[in-house]
Amino acid sequence: MSTATDSVAVAPQLRRGLTTNRLPSWAPAGIAVLSIVIGVAIGLLGSLDSKIQWGLLAGLAFVGLTYGLSAKVEGRRQAKDRLATSVVWLAFVLAVIPLAALVFYTVQQGASVVDARFLNHSMKGVLQTEAGGGVYHALLGTLMQVALATAMAAPIGLLTAVYLVEYGRGRLAKAVTFFVDVMTGIPSIVAGLFILSLWILLFGFQYSGFAGSLALAILMVPVVVRSTEEMLKLVPNELREASYALGVPKWKTILRVVLPTAIGGITTGVMLAVARITGETAPVMMLVFGSDIINENPFEGPQQSLPLYIWQQYQTNNDFGYARAWGAALVLIAFVMALNLVARGIARWRSPKSGH
Amino acid sequence: MTSSPPVASGGRARRGRSDSRRGDSIFFNLSRGSGVLLLVIMAAIAGFLTYRSFLSFGHNEGNFFTTFEWLPDAPVPTFGIAVLVFGTIASSIIAMVIAVPVAVGVALFISHYAPRRIAQPFAYLVDLLAAVPSIVYGLWGALFLVPHMSGLTSWMDEYLGWTYIFDSTKTGAAPRSLFTVGIVLAIMILPIITAVSREVFKQAPRMHEEAALALGATRWEMIRTAVLPFGRPGVISASMLGLGRALGETIAVATVLSSSPVLSLHLMDPGGGTFAQNIALRFGEAGENGRNALMASGLVLFVITLLVNGAARMIIARRKEYSGAN
Repeated sequence: MSTATDSVAVAPQLRRGLTTNRLPSWAPAGIAVLSIVIGVAIGLLGSLDSKIQWGLLAGLAFVGLTYGLSAKVEGRRQAKDRLATSVVWLAFVLAVIPLAALVFYTVQQGASVVDARFLNHSMKGVLQTEAGGGVYHALLGTLMQVALATAMAAPIGLLTAVYLVEYGRGRLAKAVTFFVDVMTGIPSIVAGLFILSLWILLFGFQYSGFAGSLALAILMVPVVVRSTEEMLKLVPNELREASYALGVPKWKTILRVVLPTAIGGITTGVMLAVARITGETAPVMMLVFGSDIINENPFEGPQQSLPLYIWQQYQTNNDFGYARAWGAALVLIAFVMALNLVARGIARWRSPKSGH
Repeated sequence: MTSSPPVASGGRARRGRSDSRRGDSIFFNLSRGSGVLLLVIMAAIAGFLTYRSFLSFGHNEGNFFTTFEWLPDAPVPTFGIAVLVFGTIASSIIAMVIAVPVAVGVALFISHYAPRRIAQPFAYLVDLLAAVPSIVYGLWGALFLVPHMSGLTSWMDEYLGWTYIFDSTKTGAAPRSLFTVGIVLAIMILPIITAVSREVFKQAPRMHEEAALALGATRWEMIRTAVLPFGRPGVISASMLGLGRALGETIAVATVLSSSPVLSLHLMDPGGGTFAQNIALRFGEAGENGRNALMASGLVLFVITLLVNGAARMIIARRKEYSGAN
């Protein structure tokens, strides 16, 4: 018995000497709960009507309490560590809340609008101040414009990437690399302005779906080049050399060996680029000119597109317009997300085999 | 073409050789042609915008850089970008101030703090959110965030009003202000900054991290000494990418902001404007000179984003040589 009491007596000193005091492992969770309570309490008592304020107060309380308690019990270095941890967790929560709110709110508002009727009717003959109507014409327009843009941008982007990776040496390649980087940052509205001044004001063509897809193609090319370039770089050189050693010419090597090896990644990159341009509003707004009726010819006459439709419905400034805007937003998000999921699925399914 | 593959010579191979030569040169020229096409497009963008801009400058009775109004189609055309420059820069700065620290925090969370179970799906989710179209952010900002912002606005007016910037003089007006725009922009660029920073943090050399921990560093000290210095160029380039997006963002700003030709340092007051928002809003009813004037403002925006992107590239290129790892 005496030995047992001895060890109990010694242990705290030993522990203090080796590791110093620590907060219990449930402390962060406890402090989080406590600070939420504080935030809600101050919010209720001070009758702050905005939940944003409650959240900010709770966050401040969380960081402050963590640092204070830890500094008192564990010392300054540990307190700084805990401070960093709590700030990182807070950043996580801060990021999740608006993003989750965005998706949740869109689904909530849109779900009551979207049905079969909404998807297969246009706005022909529907007044802005009444319910009804649909997005069929916009969906059709978006699909056509994006398909046309992809048909233009994907080959150009692919060939440019091939040039940069397989042939690119010297000043031209450097210039192309640099300007692809710059092009990635072109504001979408500037691309729209350019096509407007070239295609419509100079060449004298009419507003059409095709004009919109020209601007979309400009936005898409650099994205395709970048992602394809990365994928081609991942193709191991041994494959190319083996092909050369068998006497296969370079262009055939590229077409039959390099591109097939990287095709999964390239497809993913193209699909992600498609997803990105699908949501572009600004260039489409100036070039497509949003009509309310179904126009199945992207080369002639105004068309509609989903983002533009949302914008126009938002501008009606009444509840029916807002409802249609949310419905279209849900359709657009679902479309873009589906593209993303499929693209990432392909990426996982056919990821390029690394050399080693 | 120094790297062209050696081709077997000899009688039988001659036909194949000339075929492959032709194939090679066609393919080479095709791919080089696309590269050149990109350069031509870039040059054409700059050229056309500049040309149109100079057409409009001739008709401008105001000073392009200092005039507040935007009346290019008036009998006496006066227009200037002073309000737009201020609005664009102010809203982007607000967005960066909010988004960069949060994004770095989230990136660290995913790469170093989160339990693995949460980290992977959450990283995936962030990638998906980067693809949400800007019009949806705009719609959400205008119809959901703006009503929820009034409490925060009056609060900041009360406690931070002395800073002048956060003093709202038009209490009661819906907060469709540059500040709200900045918040929406911050939410929009958060996923992209996070995604890039996360990849950089993940590549921080494992040996450095473990060496720091072995020397008795706490997790934060390890991150500060081993991860953050390594990731700094990556974070800077990610932020610049985000800044480029924020500067050029059109439709989300156009939905949220209630614009007016006022240059006010009261960022919480509705009013002001940005380049892209101004173009989107006025394009519809613009006449001949109006369009050219909008192209001039588009050119300025183009040059600004070009400078920002160029600066980002230079920072990365220079830092690359000094980053100690690998």
